[in-house]
Amino acid sequence: MSTDTTPTPGLAGSDFASDSHSAAGLREAGRDYLNRLRGGDMGALPATLGLLALVIGFAIASDTFLTELNIANLITQAGAICVLAMGLVFVLLLGDIDLSAGFAGATSATVAALLIRDQGQPWPVAVLAGIATGAVIGFALGMLVAKLGIPSFVVTLAFFLGLQGALLRMIGQGGSVRVDNEFIRGISIDNMPVGAGWAFAGGVVAAFAILSLLRHRRQVRQNLQHLPLSVVWFKIIGLAVPVLGLAAVLNTNRSRNPNFPIEGIPWVLPLVGFLLIFWTYVLTRTAFGRHLYAVGGNREAARRAGINVDRIRVSAFMICSSMAAISGIIAASNAGKVSASSGGSNTLLYAVGAAVIGGTSLFGGKGKARDAVIGGLVIATIANGLGLLDQPSYINFVVTGSVLLLAAAVDAVSRRRRSAAGVG
Amino acid sequence: MTGTPLLELKNVNKIFGAVHVLHDVNFAVHPGQVTALVGDNGAGKSTLVKTVAGIYAADSGEQWFDGQQVNITSPKEASELGIEVVYQDLALCDNLDIVENMFLGRELKKGPLLDESTMEERARETLASLSVRTVKSVRQGVASLSGGQRQTVAIAKAVLWNSKVVLLDEPTAALGVAQTRQVLDLVRRLADQGLGVVLISHNMNDVFEVADRITALYLGRVAADVATKDVTHGQVVELITAGRSGNLGLAPAAAL
Repeated sequence: MSTDTTPTPGLAGSDFASDSHSAAGLREAGRDYLNRLRGGDMGALPATLGLLALVIGFAIASDTFLTELNIANLITQAGAICVLAMGLVFVLLLGDIDLSAGFAGATSATVAALLIRDQGQPWPVAVLAGIATGAVIGFALGMLVAKLGIPSFVVTLAFFLGLQGALLRMIGQGGSVRVDNEFIRGISIDNMPVGAGWAFAGGVVAAFAILSLLRHRRQVRQNLQHLPLSVVWFKIIGLAVPVLGLAAVLNTNRSRNPNFPIEGIPWVLPLVGFLLIFWTYVLTRTAFGRHLYAVGGNREAARRAGINVDRIRVSAFMICSSMAAISGIIAASNAGKVSASSGGSNTLLYAVGAAVIGGTSLFGGKGKARDAVIGGLVIATIANGLGLLDQPSYINFVVTGSVLLLAAAVDAVSRRRRSAAGVG
Repeated sequence: MTGTPLLELKNVNKIFGAVHVLHDVNFAVHPGQVTALVGDNGAGKSTLVKTVAGIYAADSGEQWFDGQQVNITSPKEASELGIEVVYQDLALCDNLDIVENMFLGRELKKGPLLDESTMEERARETLASLSVRTVKSVRQGVASLSGGQRQTVAIAKAVLWNSKVVLLDEPTAALGVAQTRQVLDLVRRLADQGLGVVLISHNMNDVFEVADRITALYLGRVAADVATKDVTHGQVVELITAGRSGNLGLAPAAAL
């Protein structure tokens, strides 16, 4: 009744008439973007620039870095980190942390590997059981954090130790479980046929272009807030160049032995791509995703808006641990085994680093699935490049640690600038 | 008084353990009027609001809404009736934009996905109907808004759901002069659109500027329910601090 009974001032009469216009063109949109950057809302820019700098630096320092073989290697190395980081984004969005994710992944992968080796189960059963193991761990974490109110740092630290014990119990001291199932191994070592690879890369770019353009047309027609068309095209090209470029590199024969050609996109890449698209949709286009951001931004406001905060928090931990399980299986696929030390060492810090470097805030409420992939590439590039340069491994730890610290510093500083500039 | 009240509480009592917080409270909200609810700290204003909002259940007494007796036991029931509360510490998420905040928890969907187009249109229409002219874009992040604009968005959020009664808990407490002006104008406009508005405030200037009626609470009892034009600032202050003022207010025995 409130809005209908009284004569409403025409839309043209209010200031909202002007807001349906978009920024008039590319130049204005560029200026808006610069203002956002100055205000501390940097998104994925630092990580993207950092990645470019790293690639250029390593390409100069090492002859082998930019070879097709090494690029394919780098992609398979990045896969597990990206997937684990993508899961962590959900927990970080709420302002929580999951320190146990690395071992949750290794435990789940071990369950899957043992089901195949000892029970003779087919791989789909084993993989689903592995993911279910992750979901159960996540459920336990989430309940302890949300219902009992224990800080996530403590709960997941306890699970970090406990799961390490479970892993040792299942595998046995110093042992390992071989993973030689063709499908699971194939995720890392097999490639898509060249034709399928091109179709996949082209399909992704075409789908993105069509969906973006249709969305733009609908927004213009319905007089909604929209980006200038030039910016939409800019984004499409921004996606098309790296995707098609990477497809071209990976579809070239990279074998050193002319008799055994190796070519095609490693299967892990479309797997990560699928997860990225899926979670991006969940985060940006569903009520669940919206509620995740709301709980991370202002828990009390979310509660008053009728959102079941506990349910959201438990789901976030379940998603994180389930993604960790997938990541653990990818890592096992890459190594050909799970051992008692899988998921330990720097696995988790790499993943947290990847998410934060990509632009996810440690303070909650800000982050995208995409951040995990860009950040994961940065981390994998550092590890890969330093390996090629024959640096002692302590350098790798120091450099990765410094990059994590740098990313967290950028996050903290940009958060301060955001609150000073009043940008969300 | 004009016609039946939109919302009416009769002889409502609320007791927390040994503390009798609301004492036979009678309170009415009329359509098209701003009713100011005033009282000192601890007088029971917040408890009264939370009882109406369904956060607390009354221990005894009757609640009437639109001529029907009702029993509000949860915030959901309250909002289904058309009662919305705008809390003092603004329930907005800084990391979301205006549209996202206005539909938070009640998002419109098309299948499994969010219906962004309709939400944006409706948010824009609602803000326009309130003649809000200060917000640049409905897709602006809430963090970039001023205090007055944020309060406006919080109020618009309450109005979006075809609410009939809006309770505002100290909407101008943290605002500057110009922003207070903005919000008071908006409060007046809500009433002019036919809503029943309850304004909880400590600021007598605000109360006298927009309220049609004043209900003063004193230690959990209604000290007076008067038309704004019949009283002076001084009388209202006395009602708040002493429970009585001249021939207005509680009988001396009760006031002690």
